Amino acid sequence: MDISQFFTSADLFGIAPEIILTVTALSVLTLEMLHVSRPGIILMVAALGLFLAGALAINTSGDEQILFGGMLVLNRFSVFFDFLYITIGLLTLIFSQGYLEKRGSASRGEYPALILFAIIGMMLMTRANDLVIVFLGLELLSLSLYILVGFLRHDQLSNESGLKYLLLGAFATGFFLFGAALTYGAAGTTNYNGIVTAITNNTILSDTYLFLGIGLLLIGFAFKVALVPFHMWSPDVYQGAPTTVTGFLCTAPKAAGFGALIILFNRAFVDIHYQWQDIFWILSAMTMTIGNISALIQHNVKRMLAFSSVSHAGFLIMGILVLNETSISAVLFYLVVYSVVNLGAFAIVSAAEQEERGLNLKDYRGLAAQHPWLSAAMTIFMLSLAGFPPTAGFVAKFGLFSAAVSQGYIGLVIIAVLNTLISIYYYLRLVVNMYMQKEESTLILSYKMLAIVFVGLIAIMMIILGITPGYLLEIVTEAASTVA
Amino acid sequence: MITGNIITDFCLLILFLPLLAFAINIFFGKRLPRQGDWVSVGSVLITLILSLSLLMNMFMNWDANFSYEAQFSWIDLGAFKVELGFWVDNITIVMLAVVALISSMTHIFSLEYMKGDIRYSRYYAYLGLFTFSMNGIVLANNLVSLYIFWELVGVSSYLLIAHWFEKHSAADAGKKAFLTNRVGDIGFFIGIMLIFTAIGSFNFQDVFAGVSQGMISGTLLTLAGVGLFMGAVGKSSQFPLHIWLPDAMEGPTPVSALMHAATMVAAGVYLTVRLFPLFSPEALTIIAYVGGFTALFAATIAITQNDIKKVLAYSTVSQLGYMILAVGVGNYVAALFHLLTHAMFKACLFYGSGSVIHAMHHSLHELHDHDTDPQDMRNMGGFKTKMPITHWTMVISTLAISGVPLFSGFLSKDAILAGSLAFAQHHPQHFLLPVFGFGAAAITAFYMFRLIFMTFHGEPKLPKVFEGIHESPKVMTFPLMLLAGLSFFIFYTLPYFNPISDHGWFTELIKAGDSVAPGNPTAHEIYDGVHHAHYPAMALSLLVAGLGIGLSYLMYMKHKFSAENWARKMGFLYKLSLNKYFFDENYNRFLYQPLLKLSRAVAYLDWDLYDKYFINGFGRVTNLLSKITGRIDYDGLDQILVDGVGRSVRRLGKQLKQVQTGRLQNYMLFALVGLIIILVIQTI
Repeated sequence: MDISQFFTSADLFGIAPEIILTVTALSVLTLEMLHVSRPGIILMVAALGLFLAGALAINTSGDEQILFGGMLVLNRFSVFFDFLYITIGLLTLIFSQGYLEKRGSASRGEYPALILFAIIGMMLMTRANDLVIVFLGLELLSLSLYILVGFLRHDQLSNESGLKYLLLGAFATGFFLFGAALTYGAAGTTNYNGIVTAITNNTILSDTYLFLGIGLLLIGFAFKVALVPFHMWSPDVYQGAPTTVTGFLCTAPKAAGFGALIILFNRAFVDIHYQWQDIFWILSAMTMTIGNISALIQHNVKRMLAFSSVSHAGFLIMGILVLNETSISAVLFYLVVYSVVNLGAFAIVSAAEQEERGLNLKDYRGLAAQHPWLSAAMTIFMLSLAGFPPTAGFVAKFGLFSAAVSQGYIGLVIIAVLNTLISIYYYLRLVVNMYMQKEESTLILSYKMLAIVFVGLIAIMMIILGITPGYLLEIVTEAASTVA
Repeated sequence: MITGNIITDFCLLILFLPLLAFAINIFFGKRLPRQGDWVSVGSVLITLILSLSLLMNMFMNWDANFSYEAQFSWIDLGAFKVELGFWVDNITIVMLAVVALISSMTHIFSLEYMKGDIRYSRYYAYLGLFTFSMNGIVLANNLVSLYIFWELVGVSSYLLIAHWFEKHSAADAGKKAFLTNRVGDIGFFIGIMLIFTAIGSFNFQDVFAGVSQGMISGTLLTLAGVGLFMGAVGKSSQFPLHIWLPDAMEGPTPVSALMHAATMVAAGVYLTVRLFPLFSPEALTIIAYVGGFTALFAATIAITQNDIKKVLAYSTVSQLGYMILAVGVGNYVAALFHLLTHAMFKACLFYGSGSVIHAMHHSLHELHDHDTDPQDMRNMGGFKTKMPITHWTMVISTLAISGVPLFSGFLSKDAILAGSLAFAQHHPQHFLLPVFGFGAAAITAFYMFRLIFMTFHGEPKLPKVFEGIHESPKVMTFPLMLLAGLSFFIFYTLPYFNPISDHGWFTELIKAGDSVAPGNPTAHEIYDGVHHAHYPAMALSLLVAGLGIGLSYLMYMKHKFSAENWARKMGFLYKLSLNKYFFDENYNRFLYQPLLKLSRAVAYLDWDLYDKYFINGFGRVTNLLSKITGRIDYDGLDQILVDGVGRSVRRLGKQLKQVQTGRLQNYMLFALVGLIIILVIQTI
């Protein structure tokens, strides 16, 4: 049997980052089996794999490549996301080190391995040109996440949220799979190019099937990126998961979900996207409003950040509602800023977290006096999430809003601006607690020096990006131009 | 030969080294050995070397038309584009040298003067911040960065004036300086915006080109000019915004020398010089009158002041008025020339006064006397023998400021007076301008010698204190001697040696350009007029200077006339002058109090009505809403719906109950509701 009839060497080169990551994940597991239990070594191996994958990903950038007979598409857009996942993965691994030690699970090799598997899944999602591949990536991602969420085996909360996530995830997968099946039924193919051709040539077998298919696919995604009313799992899961996993959970999968959603609606359903604008409008308005109002009454930092991430998904949906080059590049910029800032914030939360303490807003009182640098970094993160100038969060929100205004969605932008105002209240509440309460802080922060260096770097980067966003803007515009 | 990129590198270093020193000292100063003063002194000495090498390069090139511009894009939003950059020509180079020189002297002088200060490292940090911002103003090639650095200068001035903020008067003086400057800056900002709206660029060259093409003209151009000039009025402490500068003397004396005599206050003059081409004739007339009036008016106040620094402060206001007057009559090279010479001798005078105050302070300290004012000249007298270096350097710079031949002030003052005389010859209706100028010259000579005589000559007023007076250490006298040396004419007339003509490197390397605003005479016409008025002006200025010095000598040295008698005879005028024409009191009564009343009324509206009812009401409504949502979520959905479903599920089987919490059901239910809503909306 000639193997070259299935794929060529170019195909293999194209998925080299995935291959590298798989090998790394497996070797991390093997190392653990061989009782190489120094967490540092495992982290080094994982980081090396991520660097290598990043180097190979950049090597494949450039012109658009179609691999595996139209199953995967490589372009600047997918490379951009590859890099985003790798960055998030690296930061998560760095930030997790101290936290896992604190929780007594430092030497378990499956943690980095699961993160690497999740990254592979996400890479597949944004490289996919076929619903089946998206599904494959989504499942690989989700399965890794289910385990990561329940990673602390002796922690009841962690277990409970892992189970909850699994059940609801399965539910959502059902929607997605059913949607894919119905789309297949309507278009006769799951390939994006095929679907486009079917729609333009009007060879759709059943409009009802297609309509139901798109709706169910949308709901599948809505579950994954936590849009209201499909968001209700997220606060429980975010709260229960190990804090560093929460950081990963509310950044990377969200980025992957939005990336895949952009490709789906910008490629496969590009001709009927306009029919779904009302839905996007409603989803966006509801998500940001309900997310924000719920965040307002939280006292638990993790839960507050969880609801805040729900509301950010609402802002991001605006970009998919508009769906042109400006809005896509705005979404990409927003994703970078949002992901990095959230990781930094969760890193600080994970440093502050202790048995029974460190998660309540009240625990942060007077922290600034004891940890002025960390508090300053946290303040920059909160201001960035709230979209204050001169932080990068401002540039991100500005880009997204101006893209929406230019297409005439004034009403939605007004809702978004009002929501931003509301959000300032709960973001600043943390800052107020840190700086303006006279009480002596009793929190004992434990962290690794490396993690703190990266927290500082992120904070500085957010300010620099807020003042001179030009460099990143160029990158995202280039990435967006390849899909728009 | 220094060219192109190297100039850019030099300018970048000159600009950012002091900023680096600021950053290091503000964050780590306290932990560094010697509290980090060497970081600041080192960085400013490097900028001095760089600035002087640029100056040397200027001499070697000997090119009056030298000009170099470098810029990069900062904000590019398509229609709105802002570029930042440097514009280096001979004016810039001279200014850089002045700033670097005076700043270095201040850094060195402060090593002793500020020794043991509780915020020593912070003091040096702020000096760095100031040097950075001042260099930024000098190097700016556009209005935006000029404005940014302009405000930064204001901030650092505020920080340094209020350095001893435990003293209420110092904290208040800092606030006053900042707020008074803001008044001028509003005009400045309006001017910038008028220019930008009309021309669409902030770059100086583009603006000049736009004005000469008539893109902005008539009343609008005058308004823009007056607006820009308002910035200078604030920063250079011109009437009617002069009130902040005398109070600014609350700051440490080296700061007064650096900022409130030589550099920062000169920024206003520099601004008018830089933007001279775009001022319309009407704007220039306003500028000339403001400057001339300030020169005379401040001089009359200086006569009666007893605080040694206050005399110098009003003298500075008066001298700045001179420079502004020179710009107003079109002779802006003379203004710049006076800026340069004045920077040297006025800084010297301030260091001298600092030296005297330092000595007084120490002597009083040893006597445990904390009530006697160490700055009051009535407590001094006869210091000549005790502090010879301070005495002679101050005498030299006093001769310079009085306009005595052989000294630098004579040359530059003469050029300004000749300019105003020539202007009045062309426009007889403006005869007041030279009257202001010569009047101020006479009074300046009088009060400056009054200062010298009261401080250094005659009998010691407080013999006990006099005992303890000592000459200051070398780090303090070195700047004095250097700057006094630079008050001789020779440094400004090279390569020529004529002590009564301002002809020299300065006039050859810095040539006036033509104004681009319609209706102004060309540079050549102005130069011709000044040339013809040169000798009459010189004769007149010698006469008035001699008058002033002579009167002062008779009154305070020989006591031929009693100053007290004169003061009594002219009681009303004396009181006016002593109380600075009651400006502060009148501003307080007619400006601040009504404003305060208005702001209280507004505050009442805002806080008691708007905030309490509207904002808090809004907050309450939001709170209520969120509680309602919470209740609906928890009590409504969770308790009734979810638990209801849960109960019915429980009835189905106990096995499922183990696994399923009620809430999970709830989530799925919601998802289903969402699905139905989506499908319904989509089908409609």
